[in-house]
Amino acid sequence: MTIQFNDETFRDDYSFYNSERAIKRFPFPFHEDSYMYSVNMEQHRGGPVDSVYEKRFDVDEHYVSEMKDRALVLADDPLRCQSLPHMTLAGWDLLELIMVSKSEDYPDLFELHRDGNTWRWVNKPMGIDHTFTFLDEATLPYGPMEYITRQAQGDFAVLDQRDDNLWMDAGMVTTQADWSLDFDIGMNFFEWHAPVPLAHEKGIFIRALKFLLNIQQGAPARRLNWTMTVNPLLDTSPENYHKWGIQKTTLTPENLGAKQHLRVELQTFFRLPRSNALVFPIRCYLCSFQDLMTVPKWGRRLHRVIRDLPVELATYKGFIDNRPMMLDYLSQFDDGLPTSPGIWPDLDTEPALQK
Amino acid sequence: MSKFTFPESIKSRPIYGTLAPRAGAAHLFIADAHGAEAILDVATPEMMAKGHIIYIPKGEQFEDKLRALNPASFYAGPTYSAAERRIQQTLAQAKMGLQLYLAGTEGLMGQAEAAAMQAGIPHTAIQTEHRGSTARRMQCVHCKGITEDVDTDPFVCSHCGLNLFVRDHYSRRLAAYQGVCIDAEDPGNVPAPKGIYE
Amino acid sequence: MSGAEKIAVKVTDIVPLNELVTRFEFKRIDGGLLPTFSGGAHTVVEMQDGDITRLNPYSLMSDPMDQTAYTISVRRDDEGRGGSLFMHRNVKIGDEMTISYPVNLFSLDLRAKKHLFLAGGIGITPFLAQIKQLERFNGNWELHYACRSESLGSYVDELRGHHPNETHIYYDDQEQRIDLVNLLDGQPLGTHVYVCGPKGMIDWVRQTAEAEGWPREAIHYEEFLAPQPGKPFEVKLAISNKVIAVGENESLLEAMEREGVDAPYLCRGGACGQCETRVLDYTGNFIHRDHWLEDDEHASGEKIMPCVSRFEGKILVLDR
Repeated sequence: MTIQFNDETFRDDYSFYNSERAIKRFPFPFHEDSYMYSVNMEQHRGGPVDSVYEKRFDVDEHYVSEMKDRALVLADDPLRCQSLPHMTLAGWDLLELIMVSKSEDYPDLFELHRDGNTWRWVNKPMGIDHTFTFLDEATLPYGPMEYITRQAQGDFAVLDQRDDNLWMDAGMVTTQADWSLDFDIGMNFFEWHAPVPLAHEKGIFIRALKFLLNIQQGAPARRLNWTMTVNPLLDTSPENYHKWGIQKTTLTPENLGAKQHLRVELQTFFRLPRSNALVFPIRCYLCSFQDLMTVPKWGRRLHRVIRDLPVELATYKGFIDNRPMMLDYLSQFDDGLPTSPGIWPDLDTEPALQK
Repeated sequence: MSKFTFPESIKSRPIYGTLAPRAGAAHLFIADAHGAEAILDVATPEMMAKGHIIYIPKGEQFEDKLRALNPASFYAGPTYSAAERRIQQTLAQAKMGLQLYLAGTEGLMGQAEAAAMQAGIPHTAIQTEHRGSTARRMQCVHCKGITEDVDTDPFVCSHCGLNLFVRDHYSRRLAAYQGVCIDAEDPGNVPAPKGIYE
Repeated sequence: MSGAEKIAVKVTDIVPLNELVTRFEFKRIDGGLLPTFSGGAHTVVEMQDGDITRLNPYSLMSDPMDQTAYTISVRRDDEGRGGSLFMHRNVKIGDEMTISYPVNLFSLDLRAKKHLFLAGGIGITPFLAQIKQLERFNGNWELHYACRSESLGSYVDELRGHHPNETHIYYDDQEQRIDLVNLLDGQPLGTHVYVCGPKGMIDWVRQTAEAEGWPREAIHYEEFLAPQPGKPFEVKLAISNKVIAVGENESLLEAMEREGVDAPYLCRGGACGQCETRVLDYTGNFIHRDHWLEDDEHASGEKIMPCVSRFEGKILVLDR
């Protein structure tokens, strides 16, 4: 299957859009009609055909445009990509993981030809055909982590493992849910999660860390996380919050369906073999409320989840002020019927909206 | 001077203790202002025989008392920035077994801690004791500029002029708390500043 | 499923090094490449010894960059429960075996300004891979290696030949000892010390380094505890609703596996924490042998590590 790449923007005129296929495969994050933190980890070994779980690194219609947006962000602020000196080997690990995975999973789009340490990498969607020497930084235009993550959707946190903890010692972060790599780099697992409310008290991070420390080579894991974004803005960084924060106040009952987006992170975790580091790709998917409402089950459920979410979480996720307007909109799509368990759209089995 | 009790906070915020003697090949003390009192409290002749003191008085009168401890070396300098090269060289030449004691304001302890971590001392092995001012060293997340000695919330970034609120989120590497624009969603609506711990 | 991912391999070389230690080389049966790994990693080797399945961890000692083969060195333990004897007596070139993906519980701290390695006897093996990794990236390291005698000094000649300036050898039978206090004194700030060897050596290095003011984070150690034999005991498994008997020569973990109970594990040596199990009830005494639980957890009677620890008493009920 060949992917048609969208020509779209994630800023200014916001021409971003989801095709019908992209809506159907959107990773809706709620498996039931309510939400609370949990260590919702599972093995990352494929999933239903054409779902975002199917491949190790999902490539979709937004790939080329997202990479253009990343290049713009980095040109404005190079501090969005940083690697402490001891993380270079982990960067090579990550480059190898992504090149091997993509060339095996998408042979029509990516090719990797290896002859000893001489590697030829072909990225057809981005028009790259580059031969370099593996483990020799001088043969790449950027460090290995930056080189490959300029060609891979989603943010990447590369975590060093030592002293029974994980340390955010490298990363490429341009599509983040309001956290700063420049500020958080060097922090351990508990420190960079410090601003998250409620979860520490519930012991969530202690259990999650135990799980992550034990992720082994060849056995990656995944989970979903979510937040809300007004306009399909990928770069919701704290660095630029003084510029984009105002957009949150532009919602009206009339434009909410088109402007308000559910922002979902597909988080995966891979042990990196040569460095024993852990890479934590955070892949961002955006979908407007009006597109989500084309799936009756998601319309019913999203209304119930947002309505019942604790105030602390709605505040932390930054939509407490807009919640009443969101509920007015969403309630139109909730007829009170029960919903089937699980995240999938179940279009063939769930009834159409009864009002 | 009485010690300030910091309120409970999030997990990235440093927790300060009380300096206590430890076994080690050498002892390095870095302090500012009332931090001198913590050194005076913990010092023993045995520690001072291989003890080195780097002190920033900030107008306080403790220099003579510290000198009277008879450390192996003593330096007093006008600002942290003036002392920084000396601190870096001391750490670069230090050997394993060095014990590090920091006392005084958060800004002083944070910057010395960052230098020591860079030199290879894990932060958990560094002792700290807060004394004196509770003002914070703040990084503006927008322009990245550092504003020293911030004691009100919100405050104005001394570099880009944005009105910033004071977070408890703290970076050891930057030795600073995070300041974030307070009126991004409602430009001009800036609450009157009050003390950070009021 | 328990443990790390598995790899089907063939034994491609067996080299006796001296009267106690033999080296084994494995290649993939399907002819493909093995995963790369980081220095200090181990693999768990499955041995089919009659009716018993033995799973023993061994440090990978080959070059982490070499994906064609893995090598391990096995020291024969005549007093042990039989895993090393099986490797020495029963395994032949051409045999097909199953090993696990590499797991690293003893990795290098790549921030270190200098790596100081202290090895005792067969504890040399993880350092052989770490040295190869550091050499590839111009790392700063130094090795101090204590052996019983010249004839039992596995890999001494190779190390001295390739790294004459970094390698320091000490023979017990020639009354040569590592002068630890002097060695630790004067190491540059940012040095990390790593020790692998007998328990006594590990305890000595940890205690000495801490007494010299070294931070805990700069002291790394690995000791694979072979499960020790002990008196047989009975255990009730509450979730599986079974009462099982643990024999003299098997571990609690092995007994659960024999009875078809899916119990998690990784290192099988008391180090990784994966098999930690809640104790629901007991009357008797625990024989804790792991490095994972803290002293107060050992004393609490609330947790046990079934890979190495045992029990003596009337009643033991586990949440498994």
